[in-house]
Amino acid sequence: MEFWLPIIYVAIMGLALLIYVVLDGYDLGVGLLLPAADEWEKDIMIASIGPFWDANETWIVLGVGVLLIAFPMAHGAILTALYIPVTLMLMGLILRGVAFDLRVKAGDHRKQLWNRAFFLGSLVAAVSQGWMLGAYVTGLRGDLTSHLFALLIGLTLPAFYLLLGSTWLLMKTEGALFDKALRWARWSVLPTGLGLLAVSVATPIASGAIAAKWFTLPNFIGLLPIPVSCLVLYAGIVWLLRRDNWLREGYSWVIFVAIVLICLMASLGLAYSIYPDIIIGEMTIWEASASVSSLLFTLVGIVITLPAILFYTIYVYRVFRGKATELSYD
Amino acid sequence: MEFDAFVLARMQFAANITFHILFPSISIGLAWVLFYFRARFTLSGDRAWEYAYYFWVKVFALTFAMGVVSGITMSFQFGTNWPGFMERAGNVAGPLLGYEVLTAFFLEASFLGIMLFGKDRVSNRMHLIASFLVAFGTLLSAFWILSLNSWMQTPSGFSMENGRVMVDSWWAVIFNPSFPYRFIHMTLASFLTTAFLITGVSAWRRRKKVDGPATWNVMKTGIVIAAVLAPVQILVGDIHGLNTLEHQPAKIAAMEAIWETEKGASFTVFGLPDEESRETRFALKIPYAASWILTHELDGEVRGLSEFVDHPPVGWVFWSFRVMLAVGSLMLLVSWWAAWHVWRDRAPGPALLWALSWMTFSGWVAVVAGWYVTEIGRQPWVVDGVLRTADVVADHASATLTGTLLGYVALYVFLLMAYIGALRYLASKPAASLVIKQQPIVSQQQGTEGAH
Ligand code: HDD
Ligand code: HEM
Ligand code: HEM
Repeated sequence: MEFWLPIIYVAIMGLALLIYVVLDGYDLGVGLLLPAADEWEKDIMIASIGPFWDANETWIVLGVGVLLIAFPMAHGAILTALYIPVTLMLMGLILRGVAFDLRVKAGDHRKQLWNRAFFLGSLVAAVSQGWMLGAYVTGLRGDLTSHLFALLIGLTLPAFYLLLGSTWLLMKTEGALFDKALRWARWSVLPTGLGLLAVSVATPIASGAIAAKWFTLPNFIGLLPIPVSCLVLYAGIVWLLRRDNWLREGYSWVIFVAIVLICLMASLGLAYSIYPDIIIGEMTIWEASASVSSLLFTLVGIVITLPAILFYTIYVYRVFRGKATELSYD
Repeated sequence: MEFDAFVLARMQFAANITFHILFPSISIGLAWVLFYFRARFTLSGDRAWEYAYYFWVKVFALTFAMGVVSGITMSFQFGTNWPGFMERAGNVAGPLLGYEVLTAFFLEASFLGIMLFGKDRVSNRMHLIASFLVAFGTLLSAFWILSLNSWMQTPSGFSMENGRVMVDSWWAVIFNPSFPYRFIHMTLASFLTTAFLITGVSAWRRRKKVDGPATWNVMKTGIVIAAVLAPVQILVGDIHGLNTLEHQPAKIAAMEAIWETEKGASFTVFGLPDEESRETRFALKIPYAASWILTHELDGEVRGLSEFVDHPPVGWVFWSFRVMLAVGSLMLLVSWWAAWHVWRDRAPGPALLWALSWMTFSGWVAVVAGWYVTEIGRQPWVVDGVLRTADVVADHASATLTGTLLGYVALYVFLLMAYIGALRYLASKPAASLVIKQQPIVSQQQGTEGAH
């Protein structure tokens, strides 16, 4: 138990954060795209994420929640070290969450203001999340290389969200907006690819611990499937984005799935690089973990509720499947 | 007071939670009121109830969004501002917060989408169920977070090992001695806050002659809730206080500004507690009243502040408590005055409408004051008698904390103004204009009626 519980919890935490990046990623991406659309399209774009964004954000609450439940010793250390990007991210999320409602409730003369706030909040949140990830992967050191690395991820993550967001719009819209979304997707796929490539090259440079894990022999071969499958998936996405007709027939979900798979591969690679530490080079998951009794008490709840949560998440997506229309309270 | 990192971190936490609690205290009550409007419409087919629903569901969505985003901030603040709290008390705090996320947050957030936008996509029954689940979720979330907060006030069911809290009995942790009182008092508080909000806004609408029957329905509902719950709340508050006397006597001594232990203690209505000279200046006292309220005996003994080595800052606790009491009494007066009109089926006159619209946000004042009594009254402990606040704080640079604190406060003031502005804007429009959908022509209202 003492051995396995922290591993189970790390897996749950990783899963929650992965789901967060994908789900809130597409709606942050839609926020980033907002300035590029005209008035009427903005309404549709926001309508397409309307029923989902709140539940999407709950995954990050679960992610930090699990960090807190299972690794109280690391929770404080990580969040205090990331104090500034966390604060910025929170302010971004606050601004975005309220702008969502206020843009249609504060009167037409204010709509413009709240549209801008929605974009700004999404941008700040996306960049700070990248920054947090970068600082975390380099072991919360706060030196120059780690700042540069954080900056690099801080720019890559928004590009990635743009790609996710425009792919979401491909699935949710039609007509002129669909055409725009297709342009946006084609446009964002390049910076995403470059960013991911740069991050892969920079990671071992920025972190000696990770380089040592990647470039020793059996490991290197064992890890090879990750970059290879990412390359294949990426090439697939670029190719599919040229098949207009096929996408119009409703197959854009394939691209979305491919992006999710890239994300999954990247997080597997990350998990491998960090394990068994929770703070790289400082603290292992066992050193950071809570008492067995507390972990078991919560695990019971997780085992019961997580399937229920997945079940009604799927239910909600089914209820709102198909192309987005204007939202109205009915 | 010196503005060191310790004080700044506390001010920041206080600013965030004060902002946060404003919105849950509306959404918990309003979720059930909306459910009631929905059910009344389904049962009677009366359009007036439907209008009431459409108007208030918009306010609800906005309130909920404010609650969610400020709540996300709260869940990070434990780690960023109080890392020591998690390291030492994480075995209790983690699981309780975790259950809140797992059982409540996902439930609310997922079904909120269906409640707000799904009526054309699911059956009427499923839509009612979704509205119910959202309302139920808000109560569940209050259950877990208040359980944790109450445990911090009256910890039980644990032992200490190497300076860390270890749980012996989860039942004793969750249902700790002050939890039932706090849960009931807070739930009633949110219903009262909601009742005065909907009555106040409706009174304003009536004065501006915005709407007809729908407004009156809402007003009646609000008045009845307020008139029934206001006295209940006072009674519950009294019992809550007796429980606090048993477990946190220093807090009670501070609430009443009783400096020395005495028999037949008098109740200080007003006064300026002075910790330097340890006396209350300009005090206006009712003889024996404090003893009677707290021990239900005229010459009962009440322990004074001098008996405790550590006690909370007296002025804050004393004054916040009086603000809560004043608002509670005012709520009783105004709601009964209004209830009398409803009873006689008389249209409320201008004076009553005026009073009700002034009381629109009275619940916020009482709720925040009540929490200040509770939280400041627990100092200098973060977990009463177990962990000191000073020992769990993060050491950030003061400059960093000052910067982020100013940022948060500016953001919150701005958002609060936007919230109230939006409420006013919505209130100035007839409910019917919120219901009519599928207008093919792009009219003046179109943008507002459109997405969400
Ligand atoms: C789950 C726990 C919890 C909950 C539900 C609340 N608090 Fe709290 N509060 C704390 C946990 C806490 C804390 C972590 O224990 C603090 C931080 C430092 C401290 O002394 O206690 C605290 C401090 C604290 C302070 C500063 C007291 C001081 O330092 O003198 C204020 C004003 C509030 N809180 C206000 C509130 C309000 C308005 C709440 C309504 C929701 C509230 N708290 C709920
Ligand atoms: C320090 C303590 C608190 C923390 C850390 C906290 C945390 C949170 C978080 C993270 C959310 C967003 C959930 C989502 O994503 O849907 C939230 C919302 C909510 N919280 Fe809190 N909260 C605290 C205090 C309270 C208290 C005291 C109450 C009520 C008694 C409360 C009731 C609610 C409710 C009902 C919601 C749902 C959203 C809303 O009503 O606006 N919370 N809280
Ligand atoms: C007028 C009669 C009232 C009395 C005697 C009363 C009594 C109390 C007491 C003794 C506490 C502190 C408990 C503790 O810290 O251990 C408290 C807290 C609180 N009160 Fe009141 N109260 C009254 C009215 C109200 C009203 C009208 C509201 C709001 C609408 C309200 C909202 C709160 C809240 C939110 C708290 C903090 C949570 C808690 O500890 O329960 N109270 N009240």
